[in-house]
Amino acid sequence: MGTQISIFIQQIINGLKIGSVYALVALGYTMVYGIIKLINFAHGDFIMVGSYVLLYTIPIMVAGGLPAWMAVILAILACSAVGITVEKVAYKPVREKGTKMSALITAIAMSLFLENLAQTLFGASPKSLSTIFNFPNLEVGSTKLNGNTLLTIAIGVAMMIALQLFVKKTKMGKAMRAVSEDGEAAILMGINKNRTISITFAIGSALAAVASLMYCASYPQATPTLGSMLGLKAFIAAVLGGIGIIPGAMLGGIIIGLVESLTKAYIGTLTGGVITSAFSDAIVFGILIIVLIVKPAGILGKNVGEKV
Amino acid sequence: MTVKVPKEKGKAIILNLIGVLILFLILVILNESGALSSYVSGVLMVCGIAIIMASSLNITVGYLGQIALGGCGFMAIGAYTAALITKAMEAGNILVGAGVPNTLRFLIGTIAGGILAAIFGILVGIPALRLRGDYLAIITLGFGEIIRVIIQNLKFAGGKGFSEGQAGQALVGINRLADIYVVFWIVVISVALLYTFIRSRYGRAIIAIRDDDIAAGASGLNTTFYKVLAFTVSAFFAGIAGGIFAHYIGSLNAATFGWLKSTEYVIMVVFGGMGSLTGSILAAIVLSALPELLRSFSEYRMLAYSVALVLVMIFKPTGLLGTYEFSLYRVLNRIFHEKKAGKKQEVK
Amino acid sequence: MAEVILQAKHLGISFGGLKAVDDFNIEIRAGELMGLIGPNGAGKTTVFNLLTGVYTPTEGAFFLCGEKMNGKKTYQVVQAGIARTFQNIRLFKSMTVIENVMVAYGMSMKYKMPGALFRSRTYWREEAEYREKAMELLKIFGLEDKADFVADNLPYGQQRKLEIARALATGMKLLLLDEPAAGMNPTETADLLRCINVIREQFGIAILLIEHDMSLVMKICERIVVIDYGVTIATGLPEEIASNQRVITAYLGADEEEEGA
Repeated sequence: MGTQISIFIQQIINGLKIGSVYALVALGYTMVYGIIKLINFAHGDFIMVGSYVLLYTIPIMVAGGLPAWMAVILAILACSAVGITVEKVAYKPVREKGTKMSALITAIAMSLFLENLAQTLFGASPKSLSTIFNFPNLEVGSTKLNGNTLLTIAIGVAMMIALQLFVKKTKMGKAMRAVSEDGEAAILMGINKNRTISITFAIGSALAAVASLMYCASYPQATPTLGSMLGLKAFIAAVLGGIGIIPGAMLGGIIIGLVESLTKAYIGTLTGGVITSAFSDAIVFGILIIVLIVKPAGILGKNVGEKV
Repeated sequence: MTVKVPKEKGKAIILNLIGVLILFLILVILNESGALSSYVSGVLMVCGIAIIMASSLNITVGYLGQIALGGCGFMAIGAYTAALITKAMEAGNILVGAGVPNTLRFLIGTIAGGILAAIFGILVGIPALRLRGDYLAIITLGFGEIIRVIIQNLKFAGGKGFSEGQAGQALVGINRLADIYVVFWIVVISVALLYTFIRSRYGRAIIAIRDDDIAAGASGLNTTFYKVLAFTVSAFFAGIAGGIFAHYIGSLNAATFGWLKSTEYVIMVVFGGMGSLTGSILAAIVLSALPELLRSFSEYRMLAYSVALVLVMIFKPTGLLGTYEFSLYRVLNRIFHEKKAGKKQEVK
Repeated sequence: MAEVILQAKHLGISFGGLKAVDDFNIEIRAGELMGLIGPNGAGKTTVFNLLTGVYTPTEGAFFLCGEKMNGKKTYQVVQAGIARTFQNIRLFKSMTVIENVMVAYGMSMKYKMPGALFRSRTYWREEAEYREKAMELLKIFGLEDKADFVADNLPYGQQRKLEIARALATGMKLLLLDEPAAGMNPTETADLLRCINVIREQFGIAILLIEHDMSLVMKICERIVVIDYGVTIATGLPEEIASNQRVITAYLGADEEEEGA
């Protein structure tokens, strides 16, 4: 019985770990959606960009006598640059001229672009990253807790608190909230909308870079499609929590992480082998569908109808 | 009561028929003379599948104006259904042997695949189409992925299929029954049906809903019905395309029907023109043949597409052809009249 | 007396405890032209949304020719015989003028899917027949030579007229017009009035009209209902309304602050 509980706790911890990665990525989706009402399909690929930056900069850091995780600073800079560039070069011109539909297609196109660019530059095969953290394992009673996992959760929580403080307390954070409430009114109040959008992309991409550090600490491999499924799941988390709502993204991320971890562990036994852990992706998409049908505004969102 | 087909329309129909027959004749000549290598006919087959996929997807993406990213889910349903049916028929010795053309089995399987895909289209469409825009895109993506994962984990849809099946494996040993002539006519009929569909009160209703769904409701249209209808039509033809694919390629792997593949077909629709069947056909041919013609290009294919896609969205958001439709009648008419005009000038 | 077309009894709706429309009563007879007026935000468009099934009433009921309409979806209400136009014009922008009208004729056409796909006799006959009908409708509004124009390219006044033509094509018994003269210049308004008179004569339908232009309402409406804050404050003939103290107060404000109505 003791081992049963111990395994269960392990699963919860694992769920929290991947969940905090989802949460950070979901924050990027949610902030961008809040401000320009666009699902940034390319956001997941920013994580991939981050992982390749880590791949190439960790050895430099280590050679320079610095800790490996410092590479994340470069990843943050690179991802922010990519995020702002994607916004300026592709999304902005389309937003100004086209429809919502063309904006959506552009977002899909940018996702394809980044993935294929990475494939051309780095090849399709996965590349292994060197160790990022080496944290001792913790033992609580009979339960062994992976130190890196705990650290990942801690980083995730710290980032979320920092973001919440930024949005609530700083002038820029308030401007972001103002633009997402009512862009036109915000301009009249003297807020520079374009700058606010750029900064939103920069912060979202920076969070993706941190997420790539957290993800690669557990799964140390960089592939061109790394961000594809990860991004989709994080997006589902954002929708689940209520897209455009920052605490919603965090909540959604943690829920998706826990659901995924627990279904992988228990769905086989619970359904007598009819549904196996191979279905775990389908289950996450199933959650998305149920949320969208039952409450499209998400757990923390309000439903709004169209004015006639 | 006498049928009154407007004279112009009647002429146009006959002209189109002649045009199609000429195309078919060229195909027959090339094929029978041996000029058509199996490689080239393979490329033609892929083009045909893409034409059906893109032009039927245009009903949802172009005419209804909603991005659906789950097209390949329906293609997968059609492919697996068709393959399993022909396999079952061959195992049970139904419609097999001398005197019975293989094509009959192929057609039965493919049409059944289309019908099952359409049924799933209705089941997916009813909940999904309550949403629109990016939400619809993402929910269809979700459904598509679920379909793919489920098929991947069905015992009878892997390995040799049925009782010998293995979950997580490719379905192998499908007879390559897809005959190039038959596929040609399936493509022609599919496109013709899509055209008559969109040029009817049903098509008008779908376009009206795209323009303004509240006004469409206020004009007496059951918008939910027409949305699901458009989606189902797309799903049906995706199933047909899947059936052809299965019997051309000979083995099926669920992983090939992921959302990236669906996106490729959406790209064709967008390039060609949202609301132009002509555009979808041209884009399907060009985008399927180009990577084959330029082998070295094929590596950079998606990279080039994505850049081109952004450019199209910036400079022509409705796609290259917009809503233009090619009309053989109109073109010939113009040439003919210009000749006339030219002659008159000569007389002068 | 002519047949009662529309009857609303104690119709009301609340949004989160707020009563947007309360105890709305109306009776419109065949051939009648009734005005619905009230200050901005009084709930006029909400009444239209109730009568066309956009909102489901939380209280009361409404009947079309005696048939209860509560809880029906918009398209069902329209098919039963209530059509409307919108305050902010809603046309099928990418379609041509005649196609806009043909969309509304769609529900009268009888050919089914096989007929559409394989172009049956009925398909050709009905398509031609309704195209002709649509042309006739366009003629009433002087739009016949614009039939093949894309609707979005029409000037504003003609877009309004096209919207009415499209509503007429649904074959309704009651037509709801939401500020049809809004944004029109005097010539266009006069022309619109002529059109409204023609359709009343030709179709013998009942019309309920929301309008801000008081002189227009007084000129053409036979009876007028006035609402304010969702409550009916007066019903009667134009001259009665013009001298009604509550109406004057609602429009001008108790403290004689003039509102631009």
